[in-house]
Amino acid sequence: MHEQGKTVIKVGYSTCGIAAGGSKVLETLTKEISKDNLQVVLQKTGCIGMCYVEPIVDVITPAGELFSYGMVTEEGALRIIEEHIKQGKPPEDMLINKEREEVVGQQVRISLRNCGIIDPESLSDYRESGGYKAFEKAILAMTPEQVIDEVLRSGLRGRGGAGFPTGMKWRFTRQYQNDQKYIVCNADEGDPGAFMDRSIIEGDPHAVVEGMMLAAYAIGASEGYVYVRAEYPLAIVRLEKAIHDAKEAGLMGENILGSGFNFKLKIKKGAGAFVCGEETALIASLEGERGMPRLKPPFPAEAGLWKKPTCINNVETLSNVPWILFNGAEKYAAYGTEKSKGTKVFALAGKMKRGGLIEVPMGISLKEIIFGVGGGIRDDKKFKGVQLGGPSGGCIPESLLDTPVDYDSVARTGAIMGSGGMIVMDETTCMVDMARFFSNFVQNESCGKCVHCRLGTKRMLEILNRITEGKAEHEELELLEEIAYNVKEGALCGLGQTAPNPVLTTLKYFRDEYLAHIEDRRCPAKACVELLTYTIDPEVCNGCRRCAKRCPTEAITGEKKEPHVIDQEKCIKCGNCFDSCRFEAVLVE
Amino acid sequence: MAKSKTLEVGALPYDEFDKSINKYNGDPTAIIAILQDIQDHLQYVPKDSISYLAEKLNVSPAKIYGIVTFYAQFRLEPLGKYIIMLCEGTACHVNGAKLIGNAISDELGVKGGETTEDGLFSLEKVACIGCCSLSPVMVINEETYAKLTPDSTRKIVKEYQKREAAAQN
Repeated sequence: MHEQGKTVIKVGYSTCGIAAGGSKVLETLTKEISKDNLQVVLQKTGCIGMCYVEPIVDVITPAGELFSYGMVTEEGALRIIEEHIKQGKPPEDMLINKEREEVVGQQVRISLRNCGIIDPESLSDYRESGGYKAFEKAILAMTPEQVIDEVLRSGLRGRGGAGFPTGMKWRFTRQYQNDQKYIVCNADEGDPGAFMDRSIIEGDPHAVVEGMMLAAYAIGASEGYVYVRAEYPLAIVRLEKAIHDAKEAGLMGENILGSGFNFKLKIKKGAGAFVCGEETALIASLEGERGMPRLKPPFPAEAGLWKKPTCINNVETLSNVPWILFNGAEKYAAYGTEKSKGTKVFALAGKMKRGGLIEVPMGISLKEIIFGVGGGIRDDKKFKGVQLGGPSGGCIPESLLDTPVDYDSVARTGAIMGSGGMIVMDETTCMVDMARFFSNFVQNESCGKCVHCRLGTKRMLEILNRITEGKAEHEELELLEEIAYNVKEGALCGLGQTAPNPVLTTLKYFRDEYLAHIEDRRCPAKACVELLTYTIDPEVCNGCRRCAKRCPTEAITGEKKEPHVIDQEKCIKCGNCFDSCRFEAVLVE
Repeated sequence: MAKSKTLEVGALPYDEFDKSINKYNGDPTAIIAILQDIQDHLQYVPKDSISYLAEKLNVSPAKIYGIVTFYAQFRLEPLGKYIIMLCEGTACHVNGAKLIGNAISDELGVKGGETTEDGLFSLEKVACIGCCSLSPVMVINEETYAKLTPDSTRKIVKEYQKREAAAQN
């Protein structure tokens, strides 16, 4: 809430901000403000997306001028109070305004419009930013068909991965007559490396609630569920508060605003199963069963939760909906490409300089994202590839960096847009190991229902393990490829059908790395531990004993000031000696 | 598997189980939420609680056991005093989570999913805790440790061991 004439201090208080030390910063600020009874308003806010400079503290003057501070420590918080608030001299060395302008200025923030700006726990903050206006307009002045039509014209497609047009999904669910229908929000963000859904719920929970109510009105549902990962406790707390506040304000419940529309919303905590991101598995889990996929048809639109017509939308999709209804379909459709309209949120991580969350119009190139907004590769190493779409996606090589990011162009490379996780890899990442990592993940997460996925992913993982350990033969590469295609074609659900993508894309674009492991028993990226040998160059080693002291297995011996030797029998290849040597005397092959 | 010896299970808090069952009006489809309540309370799902729930909710113990073993969140064994959650998400993996895991295993003599014999440490490998830009990351109870190296990890673990040893003397 804004009080006129007061300075506002906002602390980035999402999971990432808290992990980086945000709670101590908030504590310090609270203490200092009350100690001197300073006339400022202290607020929590969500994540602006610049996770790499968290904790972030924003100071907004009564005139609206923004001072953004990054990597704020407890001492930093004291300086902000002392120098900025009390003396009126902002500590310039801590300011990240310029960087923020560079990163945020290049984005178009629709789904993330309020994240890092408003207090996520304040309904009035959300309403001041235009929140629930679209919902009021819809239930009081629009027919459900008009709402669907607006979303259809916006071109919004499902942001969870598959990219099915949202308006069509709504229309299908609307057309089935039933006394009870459900709207479900899929917040079971399982891709290890994507965190936009968490961030949106933590930063702007009301947007998701409003999106769900608009969807419910459109399809004719009076009940909704948010299926959210139990691993996201803060998101659950904020969502609970948002639902509670919306109810108190009369925006949820019976006969909302006299419109005749009823809606109630419940939260269901997921219990950790990647496959529950699949619609029918999610429904099984909501019903209290093992989260195993069911055969389609019938599709959830016809017979979903408790066999009633059910529409399942992803968090990011739903958070776009109020904006579209408020600003109009045309404005949304003005962004993006012909078939992929609007914007998309990406989670940038890996060897990226500026890791975090960004939102950009569809159709901009991978290069613009990674080297523009993302700031390029950390330590100025060489870019090797980018993994798009998590365990269901694929690795895209440097030669395809000009690929525009939209559903269809990304699919043509063999990867998928997925939920928008983007892991950037440099020359020190082994692509075979990446494929092995994802295969291990999907193998663990395979529910076991269908043979192709249950056994196929297991056999693929075994071969990949053998390759990374330098034990595989040439024929196994062909076998790997054959199994991969079989799993893709034969698996029952989306998890299995996409599970081979990381293997197939790395085989397609980085085959030479596979061959190096098989033919030369060598890992070019020096990442596969079993294939490495650490030695000490006697010409360079001056016997400082630094590495010997750090070796956990006492594998390094030698007299002081004499060259040292590594006992290969004892070496566990932990890399401590390599990291600790100041003279580059430790060699790794 | 190294199991905790110090954590002998006494009588189970059946009144807590009843409270949770009543919260959901004895609805068997709320089984996941009830199991989550039990685990929140005890940090694991004791086998005996499964047969108790089965009777109360009128479903077979096999069905509940099937649910407990399907979802990664549920544990059938009690945990140590310190729970080390090592993130194995993609970003952490790319930034060397495997070496961090090796360092912890080497220091404590346990693999993922195991608890040290003294009941102090449990090592849990988790898919992603959403701090990708601070990777590699581990969380020990509530405390997050970011941008780890094998060396710094060993130091952190040893620090906990020292603290415990000091507390016992």
